[in-house]
Amino acid sequence: MTLKKKDHLELYRQMVLIRRVEERAAELYQEGKIGGFLHLYIGQEAVSTGIVSARIAEDRVITAYRDHGVAINCGISAKQVLAELLGKETGISKGRGGSMHMASVENNYWGGHAIVGAHLPIASGMALGDQYLGNQGVTICMFGDGATNIGFFHEGVNLSKVWNLPVLWICENNQYGMGTAVDRASAVEEIHIKAEGYGIPHSRLDDGMDVMKVRSKVAEALDFIRAGNGPYFLEIMTYRFEGHSMGDPQRYRDKEEVTQWEKTDPIGIYHRYLVDEKIASKADLDKIEAAVETETQEAVEFAESSPDPALDTLFDFVYAEGN
Amino acid sequence: MAEITMRQAISDALWEEMEKDERVFIMGQEVGVWGGTYAVTKGFYDHFGEKRVRDTPIAESAIVGGGIGAALAGLRPVTEIMTINFAFVAMDYIVNEAPKMHTMFGGHMRVPLVIRTAGGGGRQLGATHSQTPDAIFAHFPGLKVVSPGTPADAKGLLKAAIRDDNPVLFIEHAAMYQVRGEVPEGDYTVPIGVSKVQREGSDVTVVSYCRGLQLSMQAAQQLEAEGISAEVVDLRSLRPLDMGPVIESFKKTNRAVVVEEGWPSYGVGSEVVTRLYEEAFDYADAPIKRVAQKEVPLPYNQALEQSALPQVADVIAAVKEVL
Repeated sequence: MTLKKKDHLELYRQMVLIRRVEERAAELYQEGKIGGFLHLYIGQEAVSTGIVSARIAEDRVITAYRDHGVAINCGISAKQVLAELLGKETGISKGRGGSMHMASVENNYWGGHAIVGAHLPIASGMALGDQYLGNQGVTICMFGDGATNIGFFHEGVNLSKVWNLPVLWICENNQYGMGTAVDRASAVEEIHIKAEGYGIPHSRLDDGMDVMKVRSKVAEALDFIRAGNGPYFLEIMTYRFEGHSMGDPQRYRDKEEVTQWEKTDPIGIYHRYLVDEKIASKADLDKIEAAVETETQEAVEFAESSPDPALDTLFDFVYAEGN
Repeated sequence: MAEITMRQAISDALWEEMEKDERVFIMGQEVGVWGGTYAVTKGFYDHFGEKRVRDTPIAESAIVGGGIGAALAGLRPVTEIMTINFAFVAMDYIVNEAPKMHTMFGGHMRVPLVIRTAGGGGRQLGATHSQTPDAIFAHFPGLKVVSPGTPADAKGLLKAAIRDDNPVLFIEHAAMYQVRGEVPEGDYTVPIGVSKVQREGSDVTVVSYCRGLQLSMQAAQQLEAEGISAEVVDLRSLRPLDMGPVIESFKKTNRAVVVEEGWPSYGVGSEVVTRLYEEAFDYADAPIKRVAQKEVPLPYNQALEQSALPQVADVIAAVKEVL
């Protein structure tokens, strides 16, 4: 899949949109308009954007609670994301899910899961469904480094190999599980080595800040799985610029480390690449940034002016109706 | 009507639903080659093959989590947790994943999942293998919990559970597979969430389910010889709980005993008694009694174990106290 100029511009647009939507979300949170937790993806945009750009429509995507970015990549609009953050009826989960629980079956995006590691066995199950039904899709399961130390991880990953399921396991190693550095929580620092214990081929992408590298690595892994080789395990190194959640004092890392990483901002890297390779002009990219600014502003207005769910809908969806 | 065992009734329900719907499949420990720990799925592996009768690792999170994923992908899995005591290691999936997904994602997702399991004591398996923790699971909105006390209900309820678009925990009793009863011919379902008067009477209402129903029916028979007419109401489903027939009966008899095999604190009896007082206080002619397991981890020694489990004599004694 060679990317045309318009495809590149679309990927750039998605990355900038994730950034702007989250920056606005952080402000709205400070204003007290967003409740609960808010885990920002800022800094990791190249990862989800690269992954989702490499999938075909039949490929399912499932992730953990740091899910706004992936949601946008998968096709959920900025309006639906922001409205959900504000708990509105027009939110993607109709105000029932909040920051950590966004999904869209229509877009083959399966959430948005807030119990660390718990979605891994579910991913194996979805892949079983596709294998059983003879579908071509691969289930792409994203999770953090912290999720690889919990039992769910091992049960889910083991099952995928036992049944040779079409799952692409992607560990987004942003180097901290909340405030605990990888080497303080995991028996091995290179997470992908854990796949060895399950006989699953694996590798690590050291530069997850470059969307093109992510995309190419993921495309390769998807081809491998689609050829009937069973699961594959990919670790992608990245870094979150913001705290674990809003209000995180970040005592576990020094300012210098954050500043150093910010020099490798994924949006900056992609911007330079597009201009240097003469794929797009600075004017093209300025235009996209301006359009994203407008789209984000409109999405905020949409979210703020949307109605709350009516109180008499409290019991809606507790049980699915019909068969 | 043919008279068959509980084992046969459950097995027939599974077999017929699998014949009828290609999407229905079984996964769990020893369900295939072994034929099921309680021989419920004997012959299934040879007939339906390993694709539809799937032996899993001893990994309950993978079983139920995988079942959830397969259900999301469009299948209708019947997962099996060998005994309800092992359900605790899959607790997150049973109470925190499956029952939340439809509502939390605003109606996007459906989880048509059955979790079959067997509970109960009396087989000298010691404290970790003998529990009746049904009430814990019945605590969670979004989950349906059924526990039949007769072969006819077992067959009809299991078929209803398989056809339901919601997660259903189907609790059998490990010591009741040989219990015989008449079962209607042909295809039928028993609706989930509907209680049933299993024996009519006029002096006292005995409310129960599953193994407690057996005790209650035997007690009612013995009481009849003493001229006491007990009406036995079978809850059959713990969630949704249908109090209708219970309250109707109580309004007639004005006296009630609730019988369950689990511990009384925070139990099924606690719920039923509370609901009776809340909804029919004026009809009470005597304090309502509970018959349940003694509040100890169940011991191995047979005499000790039996002294801790509710007996027919306990039901008879409780009835006499409320008269």
